[in-house]
Amino acid sequence: MAEKTYLQAISDGLRQEMRRDKRVFVIGEDVGVYGGAFKVTQGFQEEFGPWRVIDAPLAETAIVGGCTGAAIMGMRPVAEMQFADFVSCAWDHLVTVAAKQRYRAGTPVPIVVRCPSGGGFSGGPFHSQNPESSFAHIPGLKVVCPATPEDAKGLIVSAIEDPNPVLYFEHKHLYRRIKADVPDERYTIPFGDARIHREGDDVTVVTWGAMVYTAAEAADKVAEEDGISTEIVDLRTIVPWDKAAVLASVEKTSKVIVLHEDTHTGGFGGEIAATIAEEAFEQLDAPVKRITAPDTPVPFAPTLEKAFLPQADDVVAGLREVAAY
Amino acid sequence: MAIAREAEPVGSLHEIREAGLDREDLLAIYRNMLITRGIEERGHILYKQGKIPGSFYTGRGNEASSVGVATAMGQEDVGTPLHRDMGVHVTRGVEPWRIFAQYMGREDGPTRGRDGNVHMADSRLGLLAMVSHLPAMLPVAVGCALAFRIREEKRVAVAWFGEGASARGDAHEGMNLAGVRRLPVVFICDNNHWAYSTPTHLEYACETLADRAQAYGFEGVVVDGTDVLAVYREAKRAIEKAREGGGPTLIESMTLRMEGHAVHDDAFYVPKEMFEEWAKRDPLERFRTWLRENAEFTDSEEEEIRGEVKKLLNDAIKRAEESPVPDGSTLLDGVFATPEDLDTPHHK
Repeated sequence: MAEKTYLQAISDGLRQEMRRDKRVFVIGEDVGVYGGAFKVTQGFQEEFGPWRVIDAPLAETAIVGGCTGAAIMGMRPVAEMQFADFVSCAWDHLVTVAAKQRYRAGTPVPIVVRCPSGGGFSGGPFHSQNPESSFAHIPGLKVVCPATPEDAKGLIVSAIEDPNPVLYFEHKHLYRRIKADVPDERYTIPFGDARIHREGDDVTVVTWGAMVYTAAEAADKVAEEDGISTEIVDLRTIVPWDKAAVLASVEKTSKVIVLHEDTHTGGFGGEIAATIAEEAFEQLDAPVKRITAPDTPVPFAPTLEKAFLPQADDVVAGLREVAAY
Repeated sequence: MAIAREAEPVGSLHEIREAGLDREDLLAIYRNMLITRGIEERGHILYKQGKIPGSFYTGRGNEASSVGVATAMGQEDVGTPLHRDMGVHVTRGVEPWRIFAQYMGREDGPTRGRDGNVHMADSRLGLLAMVSHLPAMLPVAVGCALAFRIREEKRVAVAWFGEGASARGDAHEGMNLAGVRRLPVVFICDNNHWAYSTPTHLEYACETLADRAQAYGFEGVVVDGTDVLAVYREAKRAIEKAREGGGPTLIESMTLRMEGHAVHDDAFYVPKEMFEEWAKRDPLERFRTWLRENAEFTDSEEEEIRGEVKKLLNDAIKRAEESPVPDGSTLLDGVFATPEDLDTPHHK
């Protein structure tokens, strides 16, 4: 056990799998000599050579489509999108080929597509997005959004082991900001198994990724100033998502906020809210509240980006409103 | 001025022996071409009889191209054939009754009724199932070749596309990556002159599509796609070159789509003279003549093969019709793979 950043945890998990399993290789833009735009694969090419840490041309369709072919031939490819935003260039391939190949042709496609996602650094409209919900809508894809270093490592290992296409959204704002103890040995974290980040009795916040920490900051504040006890459910994976854990928390608190950094309409929070309405209506003492980014592109200027991203104060206001209902 | 090399026709039995085929192989090619056309002709009738749901596509005119290339592939090689390439499935050994079962949406089709028409493949025979989004399978084939290169296996991937698909970005990305890494992949462009109703001059502005190979750093060849032996010889050269580390080749195989895009389309937009001109070069008729002139192909041999093929297809249709329709209760099965699904020859 050693203290690791979220980024080191991803890197460690990936490196351990590559040492353990020769079928695992990495391909992406600048992942080799440069070590990746965020240095997740720093030192990998020296250790594993240029044919297992492959610098690709700037061509996301070829990268992800190539991973699909290699996976069907028995490899376990891990593609890096330099930014999650660029996965749009591989959208057709993921949705048309990788997602449907098992169902229609009986051929599993065990690939991992790493997507550095999220805002907070003035990355602007094309380096800040959280496109997880658009993939959650596609049958055949799995979607993972770790929030802690321990989960980041365990989930990258699980993603590589999984026999399906997995989109692994790693939040850039957590890369070097979040540190925690991470086990040294190999371990997996099952998909569809939420983690209770904080136990509480009055209001449940269902969230994932960097918003776990925004929720925690807000929970501290309302605990101190208002005596509101908040339970934070970190979904960890949104396909599959842990419905049972969410419903259990709703039963306990009777009040729910669904919080995500992605934009509002069609965001995955809508799916969670609808499920709660369908299956736990009788348990609710307040309407389900969604706190999300608004329906705009991610803006560049710090003032605008701050207004765009859900802030701890937004969650504080939401918690007070729901608690008082 | 075209850059790509133009392939020569094959002149004699001696020449084709040098390219690796004996007389028995030639008869097998003829048989596979007959089966290919037969499956599509019989499928068309079944479609009109209402026994095949959805739509129906054929590759009439492309039999030499598909069978010729598939004959040149090694057993351990893999490929991503498209909807005009029935001859690839036949040559690789997919049994015709399973193809009819696929057409009819039955449990014994390669996709078990989950997908229709030629959207199928038997992965045990080294084939990967196509999608409608042409040329999405080119990067997939390149990825197969990448796996072979990483593992230093002497295997080759063959990627099919049409001149219509050549306009899309996937084709460029796939060929570029293959060129950069000199991967063991052969690109086959079946240029059948029509992308649905769109003629070639509205699809691309270069003289030949094979010319594009130079831009990707590999060889381009134009071959007469109605000449099965010329197709075979060029495919064989390209596949063996790739196998020995020589990198990719782009082969443009010139044919005419002799029917509409699918059976609902009467192809009114194709000039009558164009059909008449290409009908003179019908791939089956052409090869039959070659066999008679160069390989002492006799009437009795021909009769025997035709009889065999007819029986094969009759039995195949009967068996396919006996295959069960998928049970609606199985709808949700198989969206996600399980770890046991990876227990296949490919994934070990």
